[in-house]
Amino acid sequence: MSADNSNLLKTPLFALHEELGGKMVPFAGYAMPVQYPLGVMGEHKQTRNSAGLFDVSHMGQVVITGEGADHWIETLVPGNIIDLKVNSIRYSMFTNDSGGIMDDLMITKRENDLFLVVNAACKSQDIAHMRANLPQGFTLTELNHRALVALQGPKAAEVLARFASGADEMDFMTYAQITICGAECYISRSGYTGEDGHEISIPADKAEEVCRALLAQDEVEAIGLGARDSLRLEAGLCLYGHDLTTETTPVEASLLWSIGKRRRAEGGFPGDKIILAQIESKNYSQKRVGILPVGRAPAREGTIILDKDGNEIGKITSGGFGPTFGGPVAMGYVTPEFAAIDTEIYLSVRGKQLPARVAKTPFVPQNYYRKT
Amino acid sequence: MTTYYSEEHEWITVEGDTGTVGITDYAQNALGDIVFVEVPEVGSNYDKGDEIAVVESVKAASEIYALVGGEVSAVNNALEDEPALVNAQAETDGWFYKVTLSDASELEELMDADGYKAFTAGLE
Repeated sequence: MSADNSNLLKTPLFALHEELGGKMVPFAGYAMPVQYPLGVMGEHKQTRNSAGLFDVSHMGQVVITGEGADHWIETLVPGNIIDLKVNSIRYSMFTNDSGGIMDDLMITKRENDLFLVVNAACKSQDIAHMRANLPQGFTLTELNHRALVALQGPKAAEVLARFASGADEMDFMTYAQITICGAECYISRSGYTGEDGHEISIPADKAEEVCRALLAQDEVEAIGLGARDSLRLEAGLCLYGHDLTTETTPVEASLLWSIGKRRRAEGGFPGDKIILAQIESKNYSQKRVGILPVGRAPAREGTIILDKDGNEIGKITSGGFGPTFGGPVAMGYVTPEFAAIDTEIYLSVRGKQLPARVAKTPFVPQNYYRKT
Repeated sequence: MTTYYSEEHEWITVEGDTGTVGITDYAQNALGDIVFVEVPEVGSNYDKGDEIAVVESVKAASEIYALVGGEVSAVNNALEDEPALVNAQAETDGWFYKVTLSDASELEELMDADGYKAFTAGLE
């Protein structure tokens, strides 16, 4: 059952995962826990109902320093970073010259630098991409000596505040530097489950101690990548390499909300001509939508989407069972004439055409903490 | 009444010329929480090795292959509303389908309970 993990990288929490009975699998070159003895369903519900702790140390943590780093990063991403307040976070993406998405990422504007979190599978590409475009006098530092964990769920903030005073007062998508167990932690009120919670960057040598302290709280259980995937899918959040690729633009991916008004007016990011033309003309060949199969059968990634006459109109990019939703949920790309909510579509599953409909995402209500 | 097991972690309990088929407790444990089971249609015919059913966990879909050839005589409709029965009672109430055996000699290639126990012990 246990795969050979000898060639895989280990996060600072590897020993803890094994101790907790984590089932370790290869993911983006790392040995990561796909689940613990609680199981994917139990871990999913634990996170929605109380709090779950996720190791996401495989993701890339990068700091960019340089005068006007916010202006510079706007040459690589379509998000509005210049107008972002200090200690605030924005979701954006690296685009290429064709308007395709190279990766999605979180950008925090800190007092004197930018703190980025990028996907594990893309981090070497992203870092090379940034270095190739880095102006003289700027520095790019990969925070290899830091672990990254996410504490997510309705009880997460209350739990974290026991160790990090004031963490529960932080607004959604804001950042603070707070000491936990004597370790300088970078805390973001964000996550990727649809729940309230924080992501916590911890010095590697203190990561296990901090995680043990959090896991010792009654409300918290360790959660694996399996539940992380079902949680983010129910929350309607995209997974890079599946729902977002270099073949999809932010417009096609229904991420237009992440491109601010000024950026739409000014452009100035890779692929801007193509992306802005798509916004203007509304003319493109595919659109990401939420999909609800009518029956109980989950439709997995790669499932072909058909119209009622059996013509191919798209493909599912993420699909499975939503434990909180209580049925199958999916997202995928369809040709725009089928993208309206409640459009009747069919899914080709094992030679059968199963009815489904285009649906609004998220599939379960988001539970973010917003002060205003 | 005798129960046989396969290396694909299925069981078949045979009474006369009728076999009742399901997946083993070992299999349900490895799959995790089962959220959907697709059973064959009553009256349909399968050869040994044909894909006959599908079981899906939160994580992934797994095909179930016919242990023996024959005609499906009944299916467990309870799994439609309660697929988790397979987790709870894989080798009893969580059965998938019943089949009228076309060739009882196909059972000879399967393992008995002790053989299967030894087989799974070797997988740990």
